[in-house]
Amino acid sequence: MSSAATTPPSVDKVDGFSRKSVRKAKQKRSQSSSQFRSQGKPIELTPLPLLKDVPALEQPELFLKKLQQCCTIFDFMDTLSDLKMKEYKRSTLNELVDYVTVSRGYLTEQAYPEVVRMVSHNIFRTLPPSDSNEFDPEEDEPTLEASWPHLQLVYEFFIRFLESQEFQPSIAKKYIDQKFVLQLLELFDSEDPRERDYLKTVLHRIYGKFLGLRAFIRKQINNIFLRFVYETEHFNGVAELLEILGSIINGFALPLKAEHKQFLVKVLIPLHTVRSLSLFHAQLAYCIVQFLEKDPALTEPVIRGLLKFWPKTCSQKEVMFLGELEEILDVIEPTQFVKIQEPLFKQISRCVSSPHFQVAERALYYWNNEYIMSLIEENSAMILPIMFASLYRISKEHWNPAIVALVYNVLKAFMEMNSLLFDELTASYKSERQREKKREKDREELWRKLEDLELKKGVQSDGIIPT
Amino acid sequence: MAGADGDDSLYPIAVLIDELRNEDVQLRLNSIKKLSTIALALGVERTRTELLPFLTDTIYDEDEVLLALAEQLGNFTMLVGGPEYVHCLLPPLESLATVEETVVRDKAVESLRKISHEHSPVDLEVHFEPLVKRLASGDWFTSRTSACGLFSVCYPRVSSTVKAEIRQHFRTLCSDDTPMVRRAAASKLGEFAKVLELEYVKSDIISLFTALASDEQDSVRLLAVEACVSIATLLPQEDLESLVMPTLRQAAEDKSWRVRYMVADKFSELQKAVGPEITKNDLVPAFQNLLKDCEAEVRAAAANKVKEFCENLPEDSKETIIMTHILPCVKELVSDTNQHVKSALASVIMGLSTILGKDNTIEHLLPLFLAQLKDECPEVRLNIISNLDCVNEVIGIRQLSQSLLPAIVELAEDAKWRVRLAIIEYMPLLAGQLGVEFFDEKLNSLCMAWLVDHVYAIREAATCNLMKLVEKFGAEWAQNTIVPKVLGMANDPNYLHRMTTLFCINALSEACGQDITTKHMLPVVLKMSNDQVANVRFNVAKSLQKIGPVLDSNALQTEVKPVLEKLATDQDMDVKYFAQEAMSVLALA
Repeated sequence: MSSAATTPPSVDKVDGFSRKSVRKAKQKRSQSSSQFRSQGKPIELTPLPLLKDVPALEQPELFLKKLQQCCTIFDFMDTLSDLKMKEYKRSTLNELVDYVTVSRGYLTEQAYPEVVRMVSHNIFRTLPPSDSNEFDPEEDEPTLEASWPHLQLVYEFFIRFLESQEFQPSIAKKYIDQKFVLQLLELFDSEDPRERDYLKTVLHRIYGKFLGLRAFIRKQINNIFLRFVYETEHFNGVAELLEILGSIINGFALPLKAEHKQFLVKVLIPLHTVRSLSLFHAQLAYCIVQFLEKDPALTEPVIRGLLKFWPKTCSQKEVMFLGELEEILDVIEPTQFVKIQEPLFKQISRCVSSPHFQVAERALYYWNNEYIMSLIEENSAMILPIMFASLYRISKEHWNPAIVALVYNVLKAFMEMNSLLFDELTASYKSERQREKKREKDREELWRKLEDLELKKGVQSDGIIPT
Repeated sequence: MAGADGDDSLYPIAVLIDELRNEDVQLRLNSIKKLSTIALALGVERTRTELLPFLTDTIYDEDEVLLALAEQLGNFTMLVGGPEYVHCLLPPLESLATVEETVVRDKAVESLRKISHEHSPVDLEVHFEPLVKRLASGDWFTSRTSACGLFSVCYPRVSSTVKAEIRQHFRTLCSDDTPMVRRAAASKLGEFAKVLELEYVKSDIISLFTALASDEQDSVRLLAVEACVSIATLLPQEDLESLVMPTLRQAAEDKSWRVRYMVADKFSELQKAVGPEITKNDLVPAFQNLLKDCEAEVRAAAANKVKEFCENLPEDSKETIIMTHILPCVKELVSDTNQHVKSALASVIMGLSTILGKDNTIEHLLPLFLAQLKDECPEVRLNIISNLDCVNEVIGIRQLSQSLLPAIVELAEDAKWRVRLAIIEYMPLLAGQLGVEFFDEKLNSLCMAWLVDHVYAIREAATCNLMKLVEKFGAEWAQNTIVPKVLGMANDPNYLHRMTTLFCINALSEACGQDITTKHMLPVVLKMSNDQVANVRFNVAKSLQKIGPVLDSNALQTEVKPVLEKLATDQDMDVKYFAQEAMSVLALA
């Protein structure tokens, strides 16, 4: 979707020399719901007595009234308006939070729709446009929600409500339905990390208590991720959603349903391609490893997927990929390892010879991992020839002495593993290089001939007689 | 061009296929990009029977390779034997249209659309339409999104039964349960409506349009706004009110700012599509609301459309509407809290003066221009200055000059060099409109100050600016005002400033003419050939080459030639090089 970021580039953004630090000097931004239109009139709420001050019999009725009052929304961008009433709503919300935590018998059937209505009124809102076009979550301060003093209490209240012993999902499901969940999921795009944290808990509770909504929630998260990967590359709550998914995956029954496998291959793996991977990579890698621990047979498609999306230019991402791959190798079964060792080590061999020393270093650290070492040792006849050329070359020409030292260790390890093969490879290194050059020349020759042919045919078809 | 068959022995398919399977992605990519060459080598028959099946079977590769493949196949018709065989290309493109990566899929759809026109009507029904149907009922959302883009290309050329099926498929996709597919369908709704018969536009499209425009996801709703333009254009005026307007009204007040933004962004198109009556009754109040929207993004988009909207208002009530409905909102925007809004407004507001005429401009618009000229944000001021010509035609620029000057001076000294650059570019225009006296008095010193700016781009622009000024004010003016100052810089201790003198001479010699160049400029250039700094010396050579054509042959032979000969023996390589080049260009060697 293209509409979000179409304000014309301002002069100071065009200037390549304006530094981030200068931009950041602006004061902390805050914003509130996009829907809010100031009514211009002061808001009046008639103060109600405290719940504890009325007889138990009247409490449910008063509870409903208070819920209704809390549906009133205040403008927090205007810090001076309705101060008294804002404070009144805050204290009422506080009272409600306490009330649902300690009281018994308050949850009448009539209360459910009112609770959901109050929560919906407060939390569901169109999120405002992001202030800066190229918001960088790692560098920039997030925009904080201005109405947080109320919003936080509403979330707090809702969580206590969901966790209350008296809470009955069978009644609540009439009100906490698909539409509700859909709106809840959209809020995960909030820039305010505090809000996303509450949302995480809320969604987790709903997933736990409403069995009928589970498939729907998973599907909608799917859609959010697919849109994030293939359409917008922008969604603030990916890490939080993945965190929830981590525990959902943990609870999957075996054998895994096709739907879940599809989710792994078609959604989680492509998430690796996103530019802002660093913001949710830890959670993503956790989900992936959860899957593999459930079903080792998924190792091959997962690793092939990662290899397919291996970063071409972004070294930071490459380091992340290497980290994740090590996590996978930590739990890999030897039978699975054999299936993917060839493509895998071709990639590792490329990483080892990366001119970016962090990438090379991260890859070389694999040789410090005992389990991986044992796998390599078992399959040295296959792996050594793949790795040898790169290692040999780096040991001679990498610019970074630390890398060269690491490579020597790796070569030494290989020598000890399989000295016969090692000697053979050393001996044939030169002739191998020459053969490679020859192949390269043959290719060029082939293409030259093909292009001649094209030229000739092109000329013929143009009807021009060659001179 | 692919008439003859390739030579088997020379180009066995295995070798070629090996190239397409090379381990190195880059090499594979190169091979795919030259797929047409391979096809040519194989000839049409073997391309059809060997190459295409191979490509269809092995579609699992890096997206970059697939993208190249999808693109190549769109141009393959001749290589498989012409339109008669074009349907052979469908299987690989069908697979490509189902992959995850959007750019690949879009390219595959683009190629499919392209080759659809090369199908005969029969082939279209036998081969192409079934493919569209398969995609439309695919399991994974990717194939269904791809299908959305293919309906409109086959619809016009198939039988009425097939047409009915296509309409049915499109309907289904519009209510698909994945939002990705609904978005794809919504974005193709307008295009599809265009190829439908009017009765079906009314019966089918309108209900789909209404449904998509009230979708639960704002990303779908906003695409319906785009479709609204095409649909409104197709319908007769009398149906618009009942079929389109309820939805459009609702979109203009949507709770999501993205949808409202879209309405604002498409406002001129919508205005044209619905015609003058509806504009007067509905769009004017809607536009007022958008200009007052609570979200700055929306206000900025609407502000951008102010001029166009006013221009296209019906003649009979144009002035009344602007004066009573639009102008009050515009006045408020001038002091908006958001700089993007103000700057969007500043880029169009001057255009209102031609619409409103002299008296209204002076009374109502001028105060707004002046306010914006004093705005704290440089972009706003710049946008006003860059549109001065519109006002100039109506009331003349003098009305503004009092406020203009401080604004220009401030921009001229702005800390951001891009701002300075932008204002320099308007100098010739300003000079022309303000006249030579005003210029000499107020602006000349600014123009000279830019010549010693510490940013090269500014010095370069300043040089070019001088040339344009001379073209405007004439050689005599140049000789009296700027040439002495420029030449004075030849003695500056800073070599960059000395070089600026040379650059100015390069730019000015032609406009100043032979006399000034020979008498005043040439001696300075020649003298600089003894400069300590090699960069200055080789720029002397370059300058001589540049001004040579303006000089007479006597000056060239007696003055330029000896200096260039000397420079040609300079110890610095570059100086030598440019001296020799100058001599050969000026034919002095």
